[in-house]
Amino acid sequence: MQTTLEKQTTNNRPAREEYIAPNVNIFETQEGYVLQAEMPGVSKEGLEITLEGNEITITGRRNAETVAGETLFRERNTADYRRVFELDPAIDTSKVSAKIEQGVLTVSLPKSERVKPRKIPVD
Amino acid sequence: MNLLRWQRPELAPWPGFNGLSTLRNEIDRLFEAPLTELARTSHLLSGSAPAVDIHEDKDNFVVKAELPGMKKEDIDVSLHDGGLSISGERKSEEKWEAAEVYRSERFFGRFQRTVALPAPVNASGIKAQYKDGILTVTLPKAEEAKPKQIDVQVN
Repeated sequence: MQTTLEKQTTNNRPAREEYIAPNVNIFETQEGYVLQAEMPGVSKEGLEITLEGNEITITGRRNAETVAGETLFRERNTADYRRVFELDPAIDTSKVSAKIEQGVLTVSLPKSERVKPRKIPVD
Repeated sequence: MNLLRWQRPELAPWPGFNGLSTLRNEIDRLFEAPLTELARTSHLLSGSAPAVDIHEDKDNFVVKAELPGMKKEDIDVSLHDGGLSISGERKSEEKWEAAEVYRSERFFGRFQRTVALPAPVNASGIKAQYKDGILTVTLPKAEEAKPKQIDVQVN
């Protein structure tokens, strides 16, 4: 019993792959939604965005970093990023686009044409 | 008469009580963790200073800071009194100010972080690079700070 307890308290390496959720800002305009996610250390090659049903999953894998010499102080998290969002049905999933710049991912999710407000001409 | 200090025996976790023992571990971890861990999870403190790593090899110190979404002209790196100072301003883009905001977790505003260096550095050789939101500052050690091999003479 004692050894089981010790194993629990000294286990600080995750057994399975752990992700952290990136900070996001979400905006809505008449044209659609914009999602910005902060993923420092991730470049285009490490990004994976999948749309399934009404959910969007953003996964960012950090670039491999070579550590120079000895580590004196470590605060940065080395985990990869992942977050899932539920989509508004008004979004046109075929028009979703994304770009990443200096560790910030910007996803544009335009609304489908028929949902946008428009004037109906009266004869 | 011997007075023995009576210690509460460690209670073995019952199979149905796993939740309680992990809760206890979480609380232990909370108290043992350094303040920076708490700062990272607390939204109040985490935004104001970037997380840094400091590495050292025989010729250089390497400081890495996470600063996503900045322009390199908005980042200020300076050296003074043996400390490296990283500061700047994270600006939000004006075009989104008219939009309706659903979530706002990103930090914007001025920040400043000073990192103490354990040995003197050669100020003129400092290089800084900003890629994928990570600022990497390489500080070459001053000659007197580099490790020197001393030959032992045997008479």
